[in-house]
Amino acid sequence: MPAVSKGDGMRGLAVFISDIRNCKSKEAEIKRINKELANIRSKFKGDKALDGYSKKKYVCKLLFIFLLGHDIDFGHMEAVNLLSSNKYTEKQIGYLFISVLVNSNSELIRLINNAIKNDLSSRNPTFMCLALHCIANVGSREMAEAFASEIPRILVAGDTMDSVKQSAALCLLRLYKTSPDLVLMGEWTSRVVHLLNDQHMGVVTAAISLITCLSQKNPDEFKTCVSLAVSRLSRIVSSASTDLQDYTYYFVPAPWLSCKLLRLLQCYPPPEDGAVKGRLVECLETILNKAQEPPKSKKVQHSNAKNAILFEAISLIIHYDSEPNLLVRACNQLGQFLQHRETNLRYLALESMCTLASSEFSHEAVKTHIETVINALKTERDVSVRQRAADLLYAMCDRSNAKQIVAEMLSYLETADYSIREEMVLKVAILAEKYAVDYSWYVDTILNLIRIAGDYVSEEVWYRVIQIVINRDDVQGYAAKTVFEALQAPACHENMVKVGGYILGEFGNLIAGDPRSSPLVQFNLLHSKFHLCSVPTRALLLSAYIKFINLFPETKATIQEVLRCDSQIRNSDVELQQRAVEYLKLSSIASTDVLATVLEEMPPFPERESSILAKLKKKKGPGAVSVTELEDNKREGGELNGGGERGPDTSAMAASNASTPSPSADLLGIRSAVPVGAAPASAGSLLVDVFSEAGPAAVSAAVNDDGFLSSAPPSEDPAAPLPEADELLNKFVCKNNGVLFENQLLQIGIKSEYRQNLGRMYLFYGNKTSVQFASFTTTVSCPGELQSHILSESQSVCAQVDPPGGLHNHTQVDRSQVH
Amino acid sequence: MKQKLPLLDSITLIDIYIRFMLLFSRQGKLRLQKWYVPLSDKEKKKITRELVQTVLARKPKMCSFLEWRDLKIVYKRYASLYFCCAIEDQDNELITLEIIHRYVELLDKYFGSVCELDIIFNFEKAYFILDEFLLGGEAQETSKKNVLKAIEQADLLQEVRLLNDIDVGTKAVSY
Repeated sequence: MPAVSKGDGMRGLAVFISDIRNCKSKEAEIKRINKELANIRSKFKGDKALDGYSKKKYVCKLLFIFLLGHDIDFGHMEAVNLLSSNKYTEKQIGYLFISVLVNSNSELIRLINNAIKNDLSSRNPTFMCLALHCIANVGSREMAEAFASEIPRILVAGDTMDSVKQSAALCLLRLYKTSPDLVLMGEWTSRVVHLLNDQHMGVVTAAISLITCLSQKNPDEFKTCVSLAVSRLSRIVSSASTDLQDYTYYFVPAPWLSCKLLRLLQCYPPPEDGAVKGRLVECLETILNKAQEPPKSKKVQHSNAKNAILFEAISLIIHYDSEPNLLVRACNQLGQFLQHRETNLRYLALESMCTLASSEFSHEAVKTHIETVINALKTERDVSVRQRAADLLYAMCDRSNAKQIVAEMLSYLETADYSIREEMVLKVAILAEKYAVDYSWYVDTILNLIRIAGDYVSEEVWYRVIQIVINRDDVQGYAAKTVFEALQAPACHENMVKVGGYILGEFGNLIAGDPRSSPLVQFNLLHSKFHLCSVPTRALLLSAYIKFINLFPETKATIQEVLRCDSQIRNSDVELQQRAVEYLKLSSIASTDVLATVLEEMPPFPERESSILAKLKKKKGPGAVSVTELEDNKREGGELNGGGERGPDTSAMAASNASTPSPSADLLGIRSAVPVGAAPASAGSLLVDVFSEAGPAAVSAAVNDDGFLSSAPPSEDPAAPLPEADELLNKFVCKNNGVLFENQLLQIGIKSEYRQNLGRMYLFYGNKTSVQFASFTTTVSCPGELQSHILSESQSVCAQVDPPGGLHNHTQVDRSQVH
Repeated sequence: MKQKLPLLDSITLIDIYIRFMLLFSRQGKLRLQKWYVPLSDKEKKKITRELVQTVLARKPKMCSFLEWRDLKIVYKRYASLYFCCAIEDQDNELITLEIIHRYVELLDKYFGSVCELDIIFNFEKAYFILDEFLLGGEAQETSKKNVLKAIEQADLLQEVRLLNDIDVGTKAVSY
C-alpha cells in the first residue's frame, strides 16, 4: 500500500471495485454495473449540483466501467467540467477520462480545448504538463489546429521548466505524426536541435525523439544534429558509471538516450566531416569492446541495457555498410550470441545477422556460421527463434550453399508451424530457382514441396515450375518421369495432380516408350485421381486427356469413352461440361493434322519477373526483400530462358523467342495489338483513341513507316485494298469497332453502337499520305433489299482531310431499322 | 499470413515508439490499456482479445519477443501480471524490455512492493505514473528519481488543496 498518504482515496470507488470483484458470474457483474450506471445517471441529472469530489468519484467509476469493457455513452460533460476545477486531482481525473473516452462532439471539443489553453497559459508547470499530456494522448486534428503553433514556443522558450520542455517535445511529436501539415517549421527548429546539448538529460531524451522524426521529413533542415549527436554519444559512452548519476541504469550509462542517439544517426548517411566520423567510429568500437568485457552486474537488466546499445550500434554499422572492419567485428559478436544461454540474445542475433547477410562486406563472414544456424533450426524449442533461423538461412543462401540450405529448409518444412508454411514454401521455391544449376534438382525440389506442404503451395509456385519445364528442353523428360512416379503415391496432393496432369499432357510422349509408363498406364493413373479432385483440377485433366488423344492415337477410344459418359458431358459445372463436349467433338471431327496443330506443344513462356518473388514481397512488406535480391531479380528475368551460364540451348531459346507471338496477340492474328517495337507515333493518335480494341500499337503500326505495313506486299496500285481486307470485314461479326478498310492512302475505321432498333455508326477517315486530301467526299448508301429494312441518315464530312497529325475527320451515320 | 493492422495509416514515417501497452492477469483480465495510436474501440477489443490469447499460450522458457501480425510484441511476466508492449518490426526489443522493467520499478517504489491489487484499486494512479514516464509511446524521463519526484509533487499539491478545504470546511466527505 502507498507509503505516503495519497489523500483522498475514493472510498466509494474502492467499494464499487470490490463489489465487482466479488461478483460470482458475468451476469452478476453486469447487473451490478447497470445498477451503478443508473445511480450515476440520476446523480448527474439531479437537481442538486454535485460537488467536485463526488463528480470526480463518479467520473472515475465510469472510467473504470469503461476499462472493464463496457460501453459508456454519458459522463463526458461532467468530465469536461472537472477540467476547470482548481483542484489538481479533479483536473487529473477529468483529463484522464477525456483522453481515454475520446469524443468527437464539437461542443465538447471546444470546451476541452479551452480548458487546455487555460492550463497551458497558467504558468503552473504541473498544470501545463497535465494539459500537454492530454494533447499527446489524444492527438486529434482539432487539438493540432488549436495548439500546433503554441507548443513549439513553449518548447524553446527560455523560461520553460525542464519537465514542461520534455512533455512539450513529445507532445509536439505526437501532433506532428498525426497532422504534419499543421506543424510548420520555423525559427524554433534550429533551437530544437540545440536541445541536444541541454544539461538536463531528460530534456535531451525527449527532444531527440522529436528531432529523429522531424529529420526524416526534413533532413536538410536538421542535419546539424548529426555532429551534436555524435559528441553527445561519445561523452556518454566514455563516461564512468558514476558520472551520469540517476541516468545510469544498472551500471550502464544512459542506455535509452544512447539507443535514441544511435537511432537518430541511422536517419543520415555516414558523416562527411572526417573528425566527426572518426569520433563516431571510435564510439562504435568502444561499444563493441565493452561487449567483450566481463559484466559489472549479474542482473539481467544490466546485460539487457548493455546489449540494447550494442544491437543498436550494430544496426548503425549495418546501415552505413561502409566500414568492413566494423562489419566483420559485428558479425563475430553476433556469432557469439548465436550460442548464448539466453534465448532472447540468440533470437536477436539471428535477426540481426539477417541484415548483415545482405551486405557484401560481411556476407562471407555470415556464411561461416551456417552450421550453428542449421542446428538452431533443428533444435530450438521456441518457434520464433526457429523462424529467425529459417529467415537467416534464406538470407545467407548463395550458390555455394544453396543445395544444403534448400535441403535443410525442406526437412524443416515437414514439421514447421502451419502459420509459417506458406512463406517457407515461397522462399524454398525462390532459392531453388535462383540457384539451380541442374534443373532436375529444381524440379525435384518443387515436387518435394508439393509433397510435403501441398496445401501451402500457392499457384505462383506450381505455375512457375511448369513455365520452367516448358522452357527447358533438357528437363522435360526428367520432369515427366518424376511426376509420373510421384503420382503413383497412394495419397498425393491435388497440386501434384495439377502439375502431373499438365506435364504428362505436354511431355508424356517422352516416357511413353517404357511399358511401365505407356500411354494407357499414364491415362489410367491420371484418371484414377480424377474423382478426388476439385473442379479446376478436373478441367486441367480434361485438357490433358485431349492432349493424350493427340499424342497417343491408340488411347483415343478409351478417352472418348470417358468424355462421352454422362458425368462429363452433363456435368453440372459449366466449364467441365463445355470442355468435355468440345474436346469430344474435336477428337471426332478433326483430322490428325488439325488436331496436331491445335494441340501443339506449348511454346516457351516469355521472360518476366518471378511472380513468386512478387508474392513474397507482398506478404512480408517491401523491407523484406534485400537489395541483392532485387538485383538478382533483374538478372533472373533474363535467365528464365537460359541466359548466360545456363544450358547449351540458349541461342535456340533466344531465337524461338523472337518468332513467338506475344501472348497478347489474338489467336487468329487479325491485326490486334501486335507490338512492333516502333515508337508509338503521335500521328494518327486520334484514330487511336477511337479504336480501343485495336489498340494503340496496331494503329501506330498502321501509320508508321517502319511498322507493320512495310511488311505487307508492296502493291502497285496504291488504291488497291490490302490483302487482309476480307478479314477486316469478317471481324465485324463479333465486333462493333475496328478498321473497316485500308489501303496505302486511306484508312477507314468504324465505331458503332446499337440499341434495340436504333444504331449509330461513326466512320473515321485517316489520311496516310503526307499531303492533304482536298475535295474529299463520302457517300453512304443502302444497297438493294437493305433499303427497305433500314432507314439511314448521314451527316456530311469535311472536304479536307489532313495528313496524320492534323485533325481527324469523321462522319456520323444514324441507322434505324424498319420492320 | 501477416495481417496488416490499420495502425499506421496516418503515420507515414518510420518511427520508433510503443504502439500500445497492455497489462493483464494470468486469467486474461485486462488491468491497464494504453494506446498510442488511434484505433476504434472495436479494433482495440479485438486486438486485446487476440493478443492476450497469444501471449498466455506461450511457455515459460520461450523468448520475450514474438511476431504478431505486422508488429513485434515484447512481453514479460511479473508475478501475476503480464506486461505487453507492441513495437514496430525494426524497433529495439531489449530496450523495450527495460522500459517495462523501469515502469514496474516506478510502480513498485510508489506503492511500496506493488502487487496486482494495487493496480486494480488504484488504476488511475497507474495511468498517471505511466504518463510521467512515457508520453506518446516514447520515454520522456528515464531518471527514476525525477519521475517519482514529479508524482510526489502532484500528490503534495492535492494534499495542500485538501488541507485548504478542511480549513475552510468545504470538503465534502463521502463514503
